[in-house]
Amino acid sequence: MNKKLNKVLILGSGALKIGEAGEFDYSGSQAIKALKEERIKTILVNPNIATVQTSKLLADTVYFLPVNDYFVEKVIAKEKPDGILLSFGGQTALNCGLTLYKKGVLKKHNVAILGTPIEAIQLSEDRDLFTTHLRKLDIPTPLSKTATTVFGAKKIAQNIGYPIMVRSGFALGGQGSGIARNEAELEKIATKALSFVNQILIEQYLHHFKEVEYEVVRDKDDNCITVCNMENMDPLGIHTGESIVVAPSQTLTNFEYHYLRQVAIKIVRSLKIVGECNVQFALNPHSKSITSTTSTTSITGEEKNDPSPRGTRDTLDTRGTLDYFVIELNARLSRSSALASKATGYPLAYVAAKLAIGKNLTEIKNKVTRITQSCFEPALDYIVVKIPRWDIEKFKGANERIGTSMKSVGEVMGVGRTFEEALQKAIRMLDIKIEGVTSNVFFKNNETIEQSATTPTPKRVFAISHAIKKGISIEEIYKKTGIDPWFLHRIKNIVDKENELVRLYSSSKRNASRSSSGKSFSTSSNNTIPKATLLQLKQLGCSDKRIAVLTGQSELAVRKLRKSYGIIPSVFQIDTLGGEFPAKTNYLYLTYNGSHNDIKPAGKKGIVVLGSGPYRIGSSVEFDWTSVATVQQVKKNRKQSIIINCNPETVSTDYDISDRLYFEELTFERIADVYDFENPFGVIVSVGGQTPNNRANALKDYGAHILGTDPANIDRAEDRNKFSKLLDEIGVEQPSWDKFTDLEKALQFCKKVQYPVLLRPSYVLSGTMMRVCHNYEELIEFVKDVAHISKEYPVTISKFIEEAKEIELDAVAQNGAIVASVISEHIENAGVHSGDATIVLPPQKLTEATKKRIEEIGRKLANEFRINGPFNIQFLAKEDNVSVIEINLRASRTFPFISKVTGVDFIELAVDAFFGKQSNNAVVKQLPFVAVKVSQFSFARLTGSDPVLHVEMSSTGEVASFGEDTEEAFLKGELAVGGKIPKKGIFVSLGGNENKERFLEAAKLLPKLKLPIYATEKTAQFLIENGVKAIKLHKIFEHQFPNVLDYFQKGKIDLTINLVETAHPKDETDHYTIRRAAIDHNIPIYTNRQKAKLFVKAITTKKLSDLAIKSWDEYCS
Amino acid sequence: MHGQLVFEDGSTFEGVSFGAPKSRAGEVVFSTGMVGYPESITDPSYLGQILIFTYPLIGNYGVPDKRFLESEKIQTSGIIVSTYNDTPSHFQSKRSLSQWLKDENIPALAISDTRLLIQKIRTKGTMLGKIVIDKDVALYDPNKENLVAKVSTKKVKEKKFASKGDAFRGKKSIILIDCGAKENIARSLVKRGVKVITIPWNFDPFSNTTNVMLNSFQNLNPNGIPKQVRNDKLEFDALVVSNGPGDPKMAGVTIRTLKKAFKIGLPILGVCLGHQLLALAAGGDTRKLKYGHRSQNQPCIMEGSKRCYITTQNHGFEVYKIPQGFKPWFTNANDGSNEGIIHTKKPIMSVQFHPEACPGPTDTEWIFDFFLEKIKRITNIIPYS
Repeated sequence: MNKKLNKVLILGSGALKIGEAGEFDYSGSQAIKALKEERIKTILVNPNIATVQTSKLLADTVYFLPVNDYFVEKVIAKEKPDGILLSFGGQTALNCGLTLYKKGVLKKHNVAILGTPIEAIQLSEDRDLFTTHLRKLDIPTPLSKTATTVFGAKKIAQNIGYPIMVRSGFALGGQGSGIARNEAELEKIATKALSFVNQILIEQYLHHFKEVEYEVVRDKDDNCITVCNMENMDPLGIHTGESIVVAPSQTLTNFEYHYLRQVAIKIVRSLKIVGECNVQFALNPHSKSITSTTSTTSITGEEKNDPSPRGTRDTLDTRGTLDYFVIELNARLSRSSALASKATGYPLAYVAAKLAIGKNLTEIKNKVTRITQSCFEPALDYIVVKIPRWDIEKFKGANERIGTSMKSVGEVMGVGRTFEEALQKAIRMLDIKIEGVTSNVFFKNNETIEQSATTPTPKRVFAISHAIKKGISIEEIYKKTGIDPWFLHRIKNIVDKENELVRLYSSSKRNASRSSSGKSFSTSSNNTIPKATLLQLKQLGCSDKRIAVLTGQSELAVRKLRKSYGIIPSVFQIDTLGGEFPAKTNYLYLTYNGSHNDIKPAGKKGIVVLGSGPYRIGSSVEFDWTSVATVQQVKKNRKQSIIINCNPETVSTDYDISDRLYFEELTFERIADVYDFENPFGVIVSVGGQTPNNRANALKDYGAHILGTDPANIDRAEDRNKFSKLLDEIGVEQPSWDKFTDLEKALQFCKKVQYPVLLRPSYVLSGTMMRVCHNYEELIEFVKDVAHISKEYPVTISKFIEEAKEIELDAVAQNGAIVASVISEHIENAGVHSGDATIVLPPQKLTEATKKRIEEIGRKLANEFRINGPFNIQFLAKEDNVSVIEINLRASRTFPFISKVTGVDFIELAVDAFFGKQSNNAVVKQLPFVAVKVSQFSFARLTGSDPVLHVEMSSTGEVASFGEDTEEAFLKGELAVGGKIPKKGIFVSLGGNENKERFLEAAKLLPKLKLPIYATEKTAQFLIENGVKAIKLHKIFEHQFPNVLDYFQKGKIDLTINLVETAHPKDETDHYTIRRAAIDHNIPIYTNRQKAKLFVKAITTKKLSDLAIKSWDEYCS
Repeated sequence: MHGQLVFEDGSTFEGVSFGAPKSRAGEVVFSTGMVGYPESITDPSYLGQILIFTYPLIGNYGVPDKRFLESEKIQTSGIIVSTYNDTPSHFQSKRSLSQWLKDENIPALAISDTRLLIQKIRTKGTMLGKIVIDKDVALYDPNKENLVAKVSTKKVKEKKFASKGDAFRGKKSIILIDCGAKENIARSLVKRGVKVITIPWNFDPFSNTTNVMLNSFQNLNPNGIPKQVRNDKLEFDALVVSNGPGDPKMAGVTIRTLKKAFKIGLPILGVCLGHQLLALAAGGDTRKLKYGHRSQNQPCIMEGSKRCYITTQNHGFEVYKIPQGFKPWFTNANDGSNEGIIHTKKPIMSVQFHPEACPGPTDTEWIFDFFLEKIKRITNIIPYS
């Protein structure tokens, strides 16, 4: 380190998106902590307002601005930092850093790149350079060559031979990658990938190789350790973010484990990494002779710089050879490193940050054990299983097949002492109403089983257990899936033991009935599950509920029996050293493979805070912020905070956040187990989103003390009948609605209230499935396809009010009286899910009357429900006519947004309310600026999905920006989620007359940009008639030139506005094709009229240079 | 079948037997390594010990061919795991761990709460204990026996250098004093192109008296090239003293051999027990650790540097008094115990950890290179008197 570091700039990763999610809040937060300890001032650029790292307790100065070279350069010029950290904000930060370096910005402002040298980053990011580098080290990489055109790709593929793997460099989570079995498939994949990046890699495909990765840490003095290795249960071909992953590896011998470890270290040293690096390997599961490729195919012109095209194998005397390849390297903190950190208890990001500022590994204290070194490799005495959480079914048209690019939106990590235990815990952590691996809710007949077991999809692991049940052999499943038989045998073990229970139980039942008059002679004849059997099932991770289902009793009955046998889980510490030293760690999990507890109960000082569980559509990092903020405030109230959460991407599961951390399921069973053990003062269920909120009733019935609003009132608010009745009683309007078990009556209702109507089926697997139906035909179709109306599954139908504004009230109340509240408004009219909507604070277009009415309703409801804590109400307003959509008696996803914008910490108020404390910080001041929350969408990731916004949420993340007016704040926000100010051309397609007329005002602004305006036939005609010059493009299906697709491909268009006529979607298919093509060509697209209008207004009234570079403090001080 | 693990304090833990249905007693120790159970249990340093694996899933990849292991047979008296998996999966697996244990008559128990056992040993120190399956057996303290004598080779063996070795090309010879040597010490040496002559722990390579073993060796090597040390029968450049089981003070004969070697100034490398023996021979002292180091993640700092190495370890005794003329070479970053010594002038050095790994990280393999580099430089023939 040449100069002393006083101020360091950290780049965040922006909004959560598929491939780049909460893990970077964890890594950035740890980095900031590590720097603060060294008294280094931290400047953070991250527009993601829901993160913990953008909280007052972390970064010294925060800029809610896009993480791109333009804005970051401005921040650098203003703040003049001494150094910059690029490896804590994912690919976004790394790419931004590379650009800044290439443009000479860092040099110009004398900003040192801390940690891994830029040369290493560049080398690791360029596949050709990387491959050449590795071959110089005699380290094999798969045969490959880069292509910049589809034609070139085909030529290379011919030389390598199909199947081949297509990879795109510089991409988040392997976007645009895929396996091509033939030329047609290659053409499709390559075309798409090349629209995002300018080069792709065509690579030899390694069929059913194992995928193994190492997390390596290196310091400036060349000390190098591997903190963790991980093995993917799915073979090569499934992105590691999409795979079920175990740590440590399970099927590698000592030789394999340490050989690959040594290679990983060799690479990291050769690159002179300082900090953290992840190396991924493909390992042949067979001896080389079995799959040995004798082909000597070489790529023309590559022989020279390619000394070992088939990979060099180090022959180690009697040890034989190792057939492996290096497939990937990330010279930064990654999703895997977040997982490794949580899997081992080793604070990887914290250590990496210390190393980046020049520390040596031996100088860093181990903050987890407080007894051993940071320069060591954790020894686990448990196994973790990570399972991704997908929400693919939430996206209309999306393909559920998983592969080389990421589609999952979150993940969970199960900790156990057997693979079975960890796997089944992880499955329940997914929170998709599935009790374990043997669940067969997805499968009805044999055909689908065979197919589901062989096709990689989110359901595959369940299909495997089902295939085993059907008697398909392990060998056959292995052959088809490439999943190592070791894992398959473990799943079979669960299937077998469950079958045994069922046999035993049914026979004992028979015996019991037969011998009811006679004498009973065995313990199993009294109709209960024998102790040994029950213990065994619990050790394999079967839930009480699952056992209850298998034996035809209630979950609580099984729980009671279990406890009567003394079968209760043990509390174990994750101590990073296999119990070798008495560590002081507070990181805990529960297991049935134990007979003692490592710790003593917290007792009445303890407050259990339930975290959010996996990130998914609708529940994300915002609920981690609320959980962390709650823990801080619980501590301030001098209580011991005990967090339960199971999401490895979170900050709430960091080692130094809570007094105790249970990395555990958020199921009733597990929360009750923790409650039984800790015997705490109470549980907080209202800060982790809907998952903990759903546990309130069961926990209360179990006798747990729920802090905050009484669960009986939570139930009153969530039960539509009860809530509706209450609204009528207190004279608050709501859209008319009813519940139907019969189609005829439903149709009569729709006729009465008039279409459009909103349908809400009561049961759809993994989530709700709401739909607005504009007419009879749509309704019939929806009922036929999705929402079968029956006695068992009633459907709720409500009148859908068109052209209504949607408004949110977020508040905290104490004993029924509001302590503080904030009103924010949606840009989009009702019909767009509040999680997808653009939200403005303070509201700009609400009348005083509307605001007054909203506050009044808020007060009434707070009083009615005797609310004690956080709540949120969603309203509709049309011409000052205010009606209520729903109320949530918990913190909403806007809590971090409203807290950070207003400067009033709503969580602080809520926790004080729980403890009956008066708060002095409850005054929400007038805001002299506007803040806008903008949603991030990840449609590009989900092949085939339609980017139109509707009543179901589809965004994966959010950002917020500040500005003088709505336009400034909104434009900053849009630029932060992938929006661009167009420079080439604008394509407009306005469906229906209403859209045309109502968009006209905005359309008239467009010529100010002096860009060509393209439009579909009718739109072009309409624009021209109204004095806006427009060029007609043919629709895609017309196959005529000039057409939309052609212009997309040629890069002539960089803004698409496609307003859909929701009521009469005539050319729907063609519109969909246009939208999808825009997404696939990475062209920003606006499909909502209000949002499109605002965007047009913003880009025609503001220039980039008009956007103020102001920190959070400068706005709210 | 069930069985019990009974500690000397009488505490008893129930488990499920998956090895030979036989009772055995020994010293109960634990290892925190996550991989390498076949290598571990064939490490002769474990002789007389019942080994608890803290990693809960053992048996996953079965048992490979014997040539991959660290000695001819299973050396532990018994093993304890949390969960045993009898469905091994690996292309190199020849049989399951359970089958192997049965074949070699070694008992094994699965006791789910191994963490409790570790905490017991951690608090009270290493204890004697026994696995009781069929009939009760008496406790047995391996440290009261000369275990080295039990595991050492009975005859002199030679291992030729690997064909692809480096500069040495077999021109240098190393005497490996086998106190219970792991195979990989010899493998690591021959890989570097030296010839390795393994001798029993009590065999004096400097003695002129002929014996049977020496004769058998002669037959193997009729035309030795003249080397630095000459006696009638043996020619070699350096000594390596291996790892091995038990209390170093039991191996007095080896200590005497080392003392002779010091006088000549012969290059010596001690590994694990060899480190302790070398320290004792040079006038240092050793003592028993509370519960030893048995793991693959021990950080060792090289004195006078900023370098820290992750090492594999398996020992119950430590060198606490550094002999005169030596300085500490490595120190354990966790507990500050000595991990290696090096002579201030002569090419004599020893390490407490295992540079040959197997199981564990290979980070300190360079110790062999460092040591062999010292031999390279010696060109003058040292006459033996």
